[in-house]
Amino acid sequence: MKLLIIEDDRESADYLEKAFSEAGHTAHVARDGESGFALAETGDYDVLVVDRMLPRRDGLSVVSGLRAKGIHTPVLILSALGEVDDRVTGLRAGGDDYLTKPYAFSELLARVEVLSRRKGGPEVETMLRVGDLELDRLSHTVKRAGQTILLQPREYKLLDYLVRHAGQVVTRTMLLENVWEYHFDPQTNVIDVHISRLRSKIERDFDTPILHTVRGVGYMLKG
Amino acid sequence: MAVQLPAMMRSTATRLSALFVLLFMACALVLVFYMTALSARMMASQTRATIDEEVAELAAVYRHGGLPRLIRTLDRRSRQPGAYLYLVAARDGRILTGNVEALDPDLLDREGWTEKPFAYLRHGDSQAIRSGELNLRALLEGDDAHHAMAQVFMLPNGMAMLVGRDLGEPERLRDITRQAIVMALGIMGLGSLLIWYLVGRRGLMRVEKVSVATDRIMAGDLSQRLPVTSAGDEFDQLSNGINIMLGRIGELNEGLKNVADNIAHDLKTPLTRIRNRAEAALANHDDPEATRIALEQTIAESDQLIRTFAAILRISRLEAGNAIDDRTTVNLTEIAADVCELYEPAAEEAGGTLTCEVGAEPVMVCANRELVGQALANLVENALRHGTPEREPIAIGITLRKNDGQAVLTVADNGPGIPPAERGRVTERFVRLEESRSRPGSGLGLSLVKAVAQFHQGRLVLDDNAPGLAARLCLPLQPEGKKSAGKSA
Repeated sequence: MKLLIIEDDRESADYLEKAFSEAGHTAHVARDGESGFALAETGDYDVLVVDRMLPRRDGLSVVSGLRAKGIHTPVLILSALGEVDDRVTGLRAGGDDYLTKPYAFSELLARVEVLSRRKGGPEVETMLRVGDLELDRLSHTVKRAGQTILLQPREYKLLDYLVRHAGQVVTRTMLLENVWEYHFDPQTNVIDVHISRLRSKIERDFDTPILHTVRGVGYMLKG
Repeated sequence: MAVQLPAMMRSTATRLSALFVLLFMACALVLVFYMTALSARMMASQTRATIDEEVAELAAVYRHGGLPRLIRTLDRRSRQPGAYLYLVAARDGRILTGNVEALDPDLLDREGWTEKPFAYLRHGDSQAIRSGELNLRALLEGDDAHHAMAQVFMLPNGMAMLVGRDLGEPERLRDITRQAIVMALGIMGLGSLLIWYLVGRRGLMRVEKVSVATDRIMAGDLSQRLPVTSAGDEFDQLSNGINIMLGRIGELNEGLKNVADNIAHDLKTPLTRIRNRAEAALANHDDPEATRIALEQTIAESDQLIRTFAAILRISRLEAGNAIDDRTTVNLTEIAADVCELYEPAAEEAGGTLTCEVGAEPVMVCANRELVGQALANLVENALRHGTPEREPIAIGITLRKNDGQAVLTVADNGPGIPPAERGRVTERFVRLEESRSRPGSGLGLSLVKAVAQFHQGRLVLDDNAPGLAARLCLPLQPEGKKSAGKSA
């Protein structure tokens, strides 16, 4: 995956560049809004990571400028402003995801990887498969190895999200944001409990594990 | 404090009142002169009418008895006391009869009304001048002259006759009026000066009190307040407004100071721990497993610190009151059900129960869904963490009811509760009760709930659930009829 990081703080930018390349991605760095916009305009990148406060051109203006030019590269906005309405303005400007500083790199990596997959446009598939797990998005039924599994509505929604991002790490906050649509950081293990309930339903009667815990980061559904 | 006169002259109150007084005086003067002139004109026309009557009588006498009879009549009338003037003079100035001894001789050259009041000298009281006794003379300096209006007639034999009336009375009236006016203006001027001085002085003194207080505030004493009198006037309204503002600034300042103190105090411990752990890991880097564990612990601890920072920032911005302007009409029933659904498995995991009795009826408030959701989640997490009773399983209940224009969202547990004396304190930042120090937590959960409640003009009430704690989040209900209202911002 090829990334463009638009970030003016040298140390954070260097750190991100190094960390992304260690994770097997190519990352380019632009240090201000104008040069970042010029690079992003080429459309060469899979994901843009844009800091909100940049010299010469504000991060949000870079994003809305790109969108106005018809460039739909997924954008993750990084910001030190973490309030609810900051997130809303960031997403309204054309950002696809929003992460507040300070953040864990694993969280950023997971989100960027999810964004890079989204490039294909709206999902039209109604039947999703991960290994021997099948999810029918029309009838809301789930089968594993041909055997129907009964899920609660929220468990279905959780599984749907995991299936759509199969093979990718999803973090607890990503789950809370996308499945429950709340953006706070739960202090207790609420998400883990929901996952373990779901896991018991989709793994208990089967031999192979399918829902994996990624230590210190989150979960991954993988057949 | 002494009020200096130059300062007083500079004050707005003084300048304004001076302007008003001047304007008022000018108006009064114009009015008075107009009235005086008007009354003088009325007097003059009255005098003319009287003279006209007299002239008509004399004309009748002349018609019946000719000149000799007219002279006789005039002679008789000149002796009567009164304001009438009579004069019949020959062309050479010889007086035939009358009671006027001296006047401007030119006056007799023109027939008809004298144009304006003229000066004359009367020949003694109740005395007539006998024919040929005196010649008409011009007025001299030192004559006791009076003013009069008169009509002049030319008699056929070249003689001139004057019939007039003394203006002594109307003249005096006008003088009295003028005197009164000057007096009144003088009194008014003095009175205005007095009022001006008192009002200006009073206003100035209050302004000075205010500036003394603001000087002290600027010097850093935020506990100072502007003086408020019982008058309730504009000054008091202004002072009240500024006092409320000062109170708010003081609170924010205090909050800021507390945050700084708390950060210094409460974040130093975990930071020191992280540092020590890193140092220890560096010291025995030969053991890769120990190093890995140390690094993982460091990350976990850093994450906790990050969370604490985020919470502090959010609380501060909520308390500043202008951070978030993204409120919509939200349904508390839905939020309560969401949060309940989110935490129910966690409660079960802990061996207890989480029940939600909110009913199906929507309860609408104007709020930020995220914030209210987080506040409720914090209350539930708090209950899960601190509300477990010693011998029985934890039972948490979420209830929602409407009460007196407020939506009351209650999270109740059956745990040890919070002693009444501590209930006010636990909502302060970083305050953790002794019993809970060993359990994880930042001491910011309830502070955030309180900040969210206050941000929405609501409040957080901590009650006894006997046993346990009942934390009530009270938010003002959306007024009826506004349920369909969209975003407020």
